[in-house]
Amino acid sequence: MDLSMLWYLVPSVIMFVCGIYGFMTRKNLIAILISLELMLNSADLNFVIFNRYLFPGSMEGMIFTLFAVALAAAETAIAIAIIINIYRAVGNTDINEVKQMRF
Amino acid sequence: MEATIPILILAFPLFTFLLLGLLGMKMSHKVAGFIGIAMLGTTAVLAYIVACTYYFSGDPAFIFEGVRQQYQVFDVTWLAFTQTLVVKLGFLLDPISALMLVVITTISFMVHLYSWGYMEGEHGFQRYYAFLSLFTFSMLGLVVATNIFQMYIFWELVGVSSYLLIGFFYKLPSAVSASKKAFIVTRFADLGFLIGILLLSYYTDTFNFIELTQNPELVLGTTGGATYMGASVLTVAMVLIFTGGMGKSAMMPLHIWLPDAMEGPTPVSALIHAATMVVAGVYLVARMFPLYCVVDTSLTFICCVGAITAFYAAMVACAQTDIKRILAFSTISQIAFMMVSLGVAYDQPIEGVHYSGLGYMAGMFHLFTHAMFKALLFLGAGALIHAVHSNEYTAMGGLRKYMPITHWTFLIGCLAIAGIWPFAGFFSKDEMLAAMFNRHWFWGAWMTMVAGLTAFYMFRLYFLVFWGEENPHYKEHKPHDGPWQMSLPLIILAGVSICAGWIQFGEFVTWNGEPYHIHIEAPVACTSLIVACVGIGLAALMYMKPNKLPAQFKDAWPALWKAANRRFYWDEIYMFITHKIIFNIICKSIAWFDRHVIDATMDGFAKVTQSVSFRIRGMQSGEVQSYVGWYITGAVVLAGIAWLCFA
Repeated sequence: MDLSMLWYLVPSVIMFVCGIYGFMTRKNLIAILISLELMLNSADLNFVIFNRYLFPGSMEGMIFTLFAVALAAAETAIAIAIIINIYRAVGNTDINEVKQMRF
Repeated sequence: MEATIPILILAFPLFTFLLLGLLGMKMSHKVAGFIGIAMLGTTAVLAYIVACTYYFSGDPAFIFEGVRQQYQVFDVTWLAFTQTLVVKLGFLLDPISALMLVVITTISFMVHLYSWGYMEGEHGFQRYYAFLSLFTFSMLGLVVATNIFQMYIFWELVGVSSYLLIGFFYKLPSAVSASKKAFIVTRFADLGFLIGILLLSYYTDTFNFIELTQNPELVLGTTGGATYMGASVLTVAMVLIFTGGMGKSAMMPLHIWLPDAMEGPTPVSALIHAATMVVAGVYLVARMFPLYCVVDTSLTFICCVGAITAFYAAMVACAQTDIKRILAFSTISQIAFMMVSLGVAYDQPIEGVHYSGLGYMAGMFHLFTHAMFKALLFLGAGALIHAVHSNEYTAMGGLRKYMPITHWTFLIGCLAIAGIWPFAGFFSKDEMLAAMFNRHWFWGAWMTMVAGLTAFYMFRLYFLVFWGEENPHYKEHKPHDGPWQMSLPLIILAGVSICAGWIQFGEFVTWNGEPYHIHIEAPVACTSLIVACVGIGLAALMYMKPNKLPAQFKDAWPALWKAANRRFYWDEIYMFITHKIIFNIICKSIAWFDRHVIDATMDGFAKVTQSVSFRIRGMQSGEVQSYVGWYITGAVVLAGIAWLCFA
């Protein structure tokens, strides 16, 4: 039997919700970054799923996913750079230390 | 006619201005002066060629069946804004523009030559010559304008050059304020001029002088029905245009700048504030004369303004002590004479339309002769100032033995302006008075009285300066005639002042181009001659030898003397109106409105923004995770709303 679209979408949603949960509860910046990547990957997965099921003749969703992966890599590099700078400045990678950067 | 020479007439002075203005400081005084004089001399020769060709060649383009024609040598489009709003630049040759070409270049050349001696060693000598060239260029452009907008452009340019030259000694505060005063007063007048131009051209669809003046009834037809501020558009427009002329020609009540303009170097006063620029107003009226003819209300207005100004200025001139101020008021009075002469040139229509061109011809004749003898008088005054280093006649007296050339030429100038036969002023003044008597005996009688006053104050000046007691300062510093560069122009202009009256002026300049045969009207001539002689005799009685008569007159009417000496308090009236009324009441209330309403609104916006942002800045907590919480909550809420709406 063919798997319906729902079977693919459910893991994607689980990934996304896990990402949100991790983003909001973790205190370590690296862990928050990982949660962020999780959300991004679930969105990529959605692209692929919708492309495969709704527009089987075209490739836009696939190609867009490749773009998103490349962008995610760049974004991760920037985030890591920022985290390293914060670590140098305050000595650890706790999200609560970043609070002092408000207004 | 080829356009080459007319273009060169304008191009030479402009080129000289650029050359001396940009490179002048790298030249020595001699080189700069020589360039200025040589270029201006060339321009003068070219202008004579053009004028002679126009008057004497007999070319049918210039004179057709005995009637002199208006001829546009060229007329190129300069700015085309829309189909109808097109500003053109051109070169118009007609009797009055050819006349003005001759007058301007002659006087300008004399002044250039004279300045070589007078301004020797002054700081900024090259700048002075550059400005003189700029002035000559603008004035020539003004008189040859083919359309009223070109005239306006050059009108402003002569204003600028006048400003620059009055303020030439820019280290003197009095010169700086005089130049500002001249510029601001004339600018105010020019506002009226501009409104008049726009009004006129809006209803007639043209700026061109020939189109406007060739068929004045047609213009009246197009604008006749329209009214603006209660009068017909044409009347209002012509009066507004005349306002510009009032400013430039120093008619009351806009005359206040001219006496102060005497702060400039004396040759500048001779060129700009006696002979050429200040008659631009007269020229303007003459240029638009056929239009003024069809609205005789505006001509009556010109007449009244002129008559009042002439008498006022003559009164004031009798009580001044500064010799240049006396000449300045004399200039105002004489220009007013020309204005009245133009104003009376309209006759009541007999069997349709009929114009009396005598006043027009006489006014232009007087413009020509006045330019010559007034320039002579100013240059003579310059020689006096050069010799005794003061403008006050109290520093002079008995100078006839020390400065013979200046004395004789000045005497000729005085006789000419007083209107003594056979000097130039006699002929032109006689024609003007005849025209005034033709119109109404009142104008004639009034202006004859002014002519008598003219003779009196000019000879008062003459006797005070050249006769009377010698000033004790002469022993330390012996006054003497100027160098040849100063004496030569005096002699030439004196020669012209003697001969110019014999020119059959009516053959050359009339309002419609048809020749007019000048004939001396014996009763008018005799009256004015007698009145002038009485004026001279009175002046001789009072001032030739020191006596008590002037002091007795002064004591008899102290208030009148003081008022005349203070120029009838016009400057004080202006100061009162500007400082007490305009600054105190109007400007202060506007300033209050600006500060408390406009500024306060803007300050209010800033204050509200600041206090609101101060209150809500706590929302930026720095807790990244709470931001995400808000974001997700918001996203979920928006998604819920979207779902409710669309599903």
